[in-house]
Amino acid sequence: MTNLVGQDRDSTVGLSRPTPRVPRRPGRFRRTASTAASVTSFFVLLGAWWLITELKWVDKLFLPNPAAVLTRLGELASGGELGEDLGVSVYRVGVGFTLATVLALPLGILMGRYRLWAAVFEPVIDFIRYMPVVAFVPLTILWVGTDDGQKFLIIFIGTFFQQVLLFTDNVRHIPQELIDVGRTLGLSHRRILQRIVVRASAPALWDSLRVSLGWAWTWLVVAELVAATSGLGYRITIAQRYLATETIIGYLLVLGLLGLATDQILRRLGALMFRTATPHK
Amino acid sequence: MHRDTAHLRLRQISVTFGDTTAVAPFDLEVAHNEFVSLVGTSGCGKSTLLNVVAGLIPPTSGTVTLGGHPVGGPGRDRGMVFQKYTLFPWLTAAQNVEFALRDKPDLPRRERRAEALDLLRQVGLGGREDAYPDQLSGGMQQRVAIARALSYRPEVLLMDEPFGALDALTRRVMQDLLTQLWEQHRLTVLFVTHDIEEAVYLSDRVIVMSGTPGQLRREIPIALPRPRNRDLASDERYREACAEAYEEIFTAADTALS
Ligand SMILES: Nc1ncnc2c1ncn2[C@@H]1O[C@H](COP(=O)(O)OP(=O)(O)OP(=O)(O)O)[C@@H](O)[C@H]1O
Ligand SMILES: [Mg+2]
Repeated sequence: MTNLVGQDRDSTVGLSRPTPRVPRRPGRFRRTASTAASVTSFFVLLGAWWLITELKWVDKLFLPNPAAVLTRLGELASGGELGEDLGVSVYRVGVGFTLATVLALPLGILMGRYRLWAAVFEPVIDFIRYMPVVAFVPLTILWVGTDDGQKFLIIFIGTFFQQVLLFTDNVRHIPQELIDVGRTLGLSHRRILQRIVVRASAPALWDSLRVSLGWAWTWLVVAELVAATSGLGYRITIAQRYLATETIIGYLLVLGLLGLATDQILRRLGALMFRTATPHK
Repeated sequence: MHRDTAHLRLRQISVTFGDTTAVAPFDLEVAHNEFVSLVGTSGCGKSTLLNVVAGLIPPTSGTVTLGGHPVGGPGRDRGMVFQKYTLFPWLTAAQNVEFALRDKPDLPRRERRAEALDLLRQVGLGGREDAYPDQLSGGMQQRVAIARALSYRPEVLLMDEPFGALDALTRRVMQDLLTQLWEQHRLTVLFVTHDIEEAVYLSDRVIVMSGTPGQLRREIPIALPRPRNRDLASDERYREACAEAYEEIFTAADTALS
């Protein structure tokens, strides 16, 4: 019986079916091997950095050595600045990103599903999306000043329009057949949207969310670099003024690690929530 | 094989997409409990016609009636099994069947589940109810799709090359399963296939279509006794019916090419 199932299964491999995300786990060896490879690449990068500074190829004003950066980070952490900056920035991204997502998600889903919605919003959004977000920084300062509201606004502008188009695309790529099944079952448009469209595209939407969170961070730091009195980006500007390269690099590392960690967490969460990837045409 | 009144009736159905006519005025009557197959070359409009009956595509002209009532869109009086695997990948086999029963107010959750399990047993999937589609073979997935389509007891079962993606052996098993279900559930079936032997083996009547535009070329009544089995292969009448259908399709293709 098991054998027959196995054979049968192979004969259908070529057909268009969603690639299962969880069941086809790489073997234990492959998984440890790939983790090892990832960790190694970090150590190689670190080693290269250390070597360059050790051989004094670059003035330490431009590139301080890893130890100096770590020491500085340690000072900033124990002094409370790091925690404070992180807290402020995470809060801003949290609010800005949530606002953008809460609005982009329903709009993107409706645009992906209904032509009329797409006809109304897609050209406008495409138009705005091509405007450089950085150019909105002075404009938003004029509009709302330099407080948190302006940071939310920049994150929103930088994230929302891209998100809508990503979500729209996610929804458009689910197979028409799944919707047709809903129709033959006599489901209303609304039920089809709720039970089939949203659910089928959920894994893809989640991935888009992960990607767009990265952009939100970028735009936040941009906004904080230009006009802020707190946050990671603000600290970086100040550091530049005092030629504190250790702080700049240290904060860059913090931002990188933060991104890496959140992305890994979101990935795991996604794998927990969705057993299979979004089926697509 | 005399049938009383027509149950499903297609009158002068035509479908055009832009400036291509996929189906030219087409008439067909299917009796209660009749098994009718549509065969024809690729692109001759079989799926289009089936989708019209399912209510998924509105016909450009003509009407479809079921039990005397005009069909204006999809509805639960017709069940559909698609060629592609259309199970919801996020649901187990049982949940896929239950999905079709969710809005029945008189059916509490527990009974819904029991009904799904019963149907899965009927299609030979007892014990696999908690498997997800990606853990099932193509044949098993189509079994679940059939169970799902049967779950809400449609009057007509529409099948668009349901076994087209399966290997020859699995196909045979599925054909026998379908015959068995057809008898048990007293179904009316409109079945689309490329496979002439399959059509003859399963049907009371085979409709040969020619394209483009798709039209009815020939009706071949299959007066073979039931229950049928694989011994038919050596039956003279079976071979004649197959030959006749092949002949029709090839001459249709020839006229289309010349
Ligand atoms: N949505 C559509 N838009 C435009 N043309 C279409 C559409 N659907 C089908 N057609 C055309 O209508 C004709 C009939 O297509 P249909 O899918 O019904 O054929 P078929 O007999 O089912 O073929 P096959 O056996 O390959 O499935 C074809 O010429 C096809 O190109
Ligand atoms: Mg077809």
